[in-house]
Amino acid sequence: MKYETVIGLEVHLQLKTKTKAFCGCAIDFGQPPNSNVCPVCLGFPGTLPVYNKEALNYAIKVALAFDCQIQEHTKFDRKNYFYPDLPKNYQISQYDLPLSRQGHMMITSKDAPKRIGITRIHLEEDAGKLIHEADASLVDFNRTGIPLLEIVSEPDLSSPQEAFDYLTGLKSIVEYLDVSDCDMEKGSLRCDANISLRPEGAKELGVKTELKNMNSFKGVKDALVFEVSRQTELLQSNQAMVQETRLWDADGGRTIVMRSKEGAKDYRYFPDPDLAVFIIDQPMIAKIKSALPELPQEKLRRFVRDYSLTEYDAGILVSSKGDAEFSEACIQKYQGHDKKIMVNWLIGPLLSEANSRKVKLHELKLDKNELLSLIGLVEKQEISLLSAKSVLTQAIDTQKPVQVLIKEGNLSQISNTDLLQQIIETVIAENTKSVDDFKAGKTNALMFLVGQVMKKSAGKANPKIVSDLINRRLS
Amino acid sequence: MSIDKETVKHIAHLARIELQPNELEKLSLQLHDILGFIDKISGLDIDKVSPTSHILPVSNVLRDDYPHVSLPAEKALENAPSKKGNFFSVPKIIE
Repeated sequence: MKYETVIGLEVHLQLKTKTKAFCGCAIDFGQPPNSNVCPVCLGFPGTLPVYNKEALNYAIKVALAFDCQIQEHTKFDRKNYFYPDLPKNYQISQYDLPLSRQGHMMITSKDAPKRIGITRIHLEEDAGKLIHEADASLVDFNRTGIPLLEIVSEPDLSSPQEAFDYLTGLKSIVEYLDVSDCDMEKGSLRCDANISLRPEGAKELGVKTELKNMNSFKGVKDALVFEVSRQTELLQSNQAMVQETRLWDADGGRTIVMRSKEGAKDYRYFPDPDLAVFIIDQPMIAKIKSALPELPQEKLRRFVRDYSLTEYDAGILVSSKGDAEFSEACIQKYQGHDKKIMVNWLIGPLLSEANSRKVKLHELKLDKNELLSLIGLVEKQEISLLSAKSVLTQAIDTQKPVQVLIKEGNLSQISNTDLLQQIIETVIAENTKSVDDFKAGKTNALMFLVGQVMKKSAGKANPKIVSDLINRRLS
Repeated sequence: MSIDKETVKHIAHLARIELQPNELEKLSLQLHDILGFIDKISGLDIDKVSPTSHILPVSNVLRDDYPHVSLPAEKALENAPSKKGNFFSVPKIIE
């Protein structure tokens, strides 16, 4: 039997407010343990939480960016459980009246747009950090009470790749909003995945596994790939699937079952009497909506429209906000008529420089004016494209002006016909077979001869002039 | 509405309270009475009362995102039954 995969993701985002959700303790990573704590976030009796205005503002921004319906009435509830990282013995979260519901995000699946539903985005607070030692567990409450958003997707994702693309798209949108660092390795974005299989075309969902402990987008994808094959094997051999939580073991490349906590699901939610309700009216929503920045999808459409980019090229440039801004500044500064030339530089040589240095495009140490002057020199045929690419590498390495680098490397393009003629004569003498092929009408032979001249000139010959000269010489 | 002993045991477990058999007996009875008392509400006509989650007619109580001075770590740890360096120390939790 063939099976189809059903995946839903739960993402937790730390909001990058200055202070915690319910008290004024600074959010300041890398501080000594238990130094950003106070009676409120330590859960002392008699203290009262008051929610952070900026956190609410950030949360509404995110909800709007995912086209959610903001609920007019929203409130906080207590989610009760005992764990040493939770000093109050309940987490302040939202249960039946979450901040927002029914949003969506678009991803591209098999070259077609696909809508991924978002069930809800709600507010909650982070727990503390535990360090396990041989004989004890140590607790640091600095993280306790950092505002979190939980973003729950519908089970609309049909493959590990779609899950990966959803996370990438989500991160991109949140980065544009500038409300979270979205760094999975540092824990500012966390993701749990629910995955089940069902016979192809079936309506009801199969028995699901909840996956935890992934610390990168790739880890999420790998864990899901593993789980698809594990569940397929079980189903094909008619073994019973059990609903369970499994942990991703990145080193072992497998998921392992997590010891279930007895009664862990009995959270006894009830409205938090310490926190009054929130009424989010239309003027407030309109105000926040009007201040939303241009989001990746809008920017993509605008790049396609204004700069005649392909969707693919635009998609690469807009995926990071910094890169999109850098690229747009370059495109606008570029005076040439065909913006595609600048775009090709950006997604070609520049992106490969960025990738090989493991940085973002906009993090390359390259002055935009130097880039423009380099492209200008190629267009004026003062330097070959090949040399220009090596100048680009050096310019980023040394931060020297490109003019200086060209002079130092003696890289000016040879357009001097006398000099080129000499090289061409040598190449013709050494490659009589190709010369005969060319005369017999094989145009590829011309490319080969031009290539030989380029090689002999160490990439400095002007290929167009060389091509013309050989053509004239041999016809 | 009545409450059976199994439910009381379950609730005691969730609250991490150990109950002796006589305590279980006593609390079951008391909870039974309390629930019976609350049950009186179901006899009221509440058709015209809108649901509420909070007793006070206030909303949107928010504070500015401005840091206050946190407790010094030694103060925060002062009443900890067990500590190690700047950490609270608890019996080992195995996941």
